[in-house]
Amino acid sequence: MEPKPSADPIDRLFRGESGRLTAVLTRLFGVHNLALVEDVVQDAFCRALQVWKFRGMPENPSAWLMTTAKNRALDVLRRERTARTFAPELTRLLESEWTLVSALEEQFRPDAVDEDLLRMMFTCCHPGLREEAQVTLILHILCGFSVHEVAGAFVATHAAIEKRITRSKKTLAASQDLFDVTRREEFAARLPAVQRALYLLFNEGYHGASPESAVRAELCGEAMRLARHLREDPRGATPATYALSALFCLHAARLPGRIDAGGELHSLLDQDRSRWDQSLIAEGQRLLDRSASGEELSEYHVEAAIAWIHASASSVEETDWSRIVALYDMRMQLHPSPVIALNRAIALAQHAGPEAGLQAIRQIAGLERLAGYPFYPAAQAELELKLGRADAARAHFQTALSLARNATERRFLQQRMEACASES
Amino acid sequence: MSEFVYLYRGGSDRSNSPQEMQQVMQKWVSWLQGLADQGHIKDRGQPLEPGGKIVSGKQKTVTDGPFAESKDLVGGFTLVEARDLNQAAELSKGCPIFDAGGFVEVRPVRQM
Repeated sequence: MEPKPSADPIDRLFRGESGRLTAVLTRLFGVHNLALVEDVVQDAFCRALQVWKFRGMPENPSAWLMTTAKNRALDVLRRERTARTFAPELTRLLESEWTLVSALEEQFRPDAVDEDLLRMMFTCCHPGLREEAQVTLILHILCGFSVHEVAGAFVATHAAIEKRITRSKKTLAASQDLFDVTRREEFAARLPAVQRALYLLFNEGYHGASPESAVRAELCGEAMRLARHLREDPRGATPATYALSALFCLHAARLPGRIDAGGELHSLLDQDRSRWDQSLIAEGQRLLDRSASGEELSEYHVEAAIAWIHASASSVEETDWSRIVALYDMRMQLHPSPVIALNRAIALAQHAGPEAGLQAIRQIAGLERLAGYPFYPAAQAELELKLGRADAARAHFQTALSLARNATERRFLQQRMEACASES
Repeated sequence: MSEFVYLYRGGSDRSNSPQEMQQVMQKWVSWLQGLADQGHIKDRGQPLEPGGKIVSGKQKTVTDGPFAESKDLVGGFTLVEARDLNQAAELSKGCPIFDAGGFVEVRPVRQM
């Protein structure tokens, strides 16, 4: 049995609860009444803020919020029962006052709310939506990110994100119903899309273009929270979900080394490994062990295995680079991509020397798709530098610098350029 | 030490995201805690519901109210202790309500 995970950190309580409240209220009101749902959730938080700022947080803040939202939902259902249609299966229950209250009590039971959250996650991964829209909806609906916060996370304009959210909500509303998690086959069919969306959400936090490291760590945290929720459900707890969760833990463990206290980026090769989070590494290993059951070998398994080798190595020299190259080969067979091929080439350079690495880079299929990716010229630059060709390295760093997506990346590349100067 | 009432007026957090609201809440808690630690809090006070009734006139007419513009509606109060009005006003400057566009009315409690 998996031990019961610790509660969400208290400073992210509102964010986590907002997803749960939204999920249960959408179940009650129907997906077509999302605006009304958001209103009630907002109201519950306003009340909490008003009361808690004077009296401090109650003993059980989640239960307080749930009760407040429930009472508010009751008001709305009473007031609007004739003016609106609510969730189809509830309509009948809403006909009498007696069934209304008991139906509502039932809907707000913690296990029912857990199910609602899962249902909402699957609903956000609607096949009619593009992946970026799915991730946006997850952030907005399940993680309580405002339009402004989503825009910040994706380095997109407020208007663009607003449009994306409005359009995506229309798609959901048009589907009439929430995703039915009780249909086993449909659950299994949509599960990969849910895993993929969480993977993208995490990646956006880890590798994304956002200028603010604080935002990035939060995205990673949200992806981890939702992945934990997914694997707490027996239907969601597949080997791939465990592998995905392991991958998150093993990457997140390195976050403190990746960005130092001064906000500077460090490549894997020069990170202070004593800053890595050992408890997350242990958690990642435990999850990786759990993932090794059944026949399924997902790309998450392979990536988690690579992350595990890095996380468990005491230094760059101690790292089993040949095993990493072999795992990248496996990863390429499952789902090839130029970014994966680039990472393979970097690992190969560690194992077989910089010349071999450069050659592997030149042979990447679909190399042109890396044209806007700053870490492609940066990788070439590092290898050229290792070969003592400082001029070539500088030229590549220059290209990388022109592609850098934020100040942290720019400072990092600037420093690497200075390393070229001291070489020549 | 004299007693003062802080009346918190206006300042809406409605358009904030859950995370932002939590941050506002934490700012309030730590501001009030800071005042308490320095011995300035007589009573943390209470939040007030926005609605209510106004009873007025010799006829004691009851109407819905208060009618004040929502931007200066009293949203809560705190009872503080300070050396004088100047200090009470100075202490109120740390109140997070200013970030939300609200203001604090500092009123001395009339003594005998």
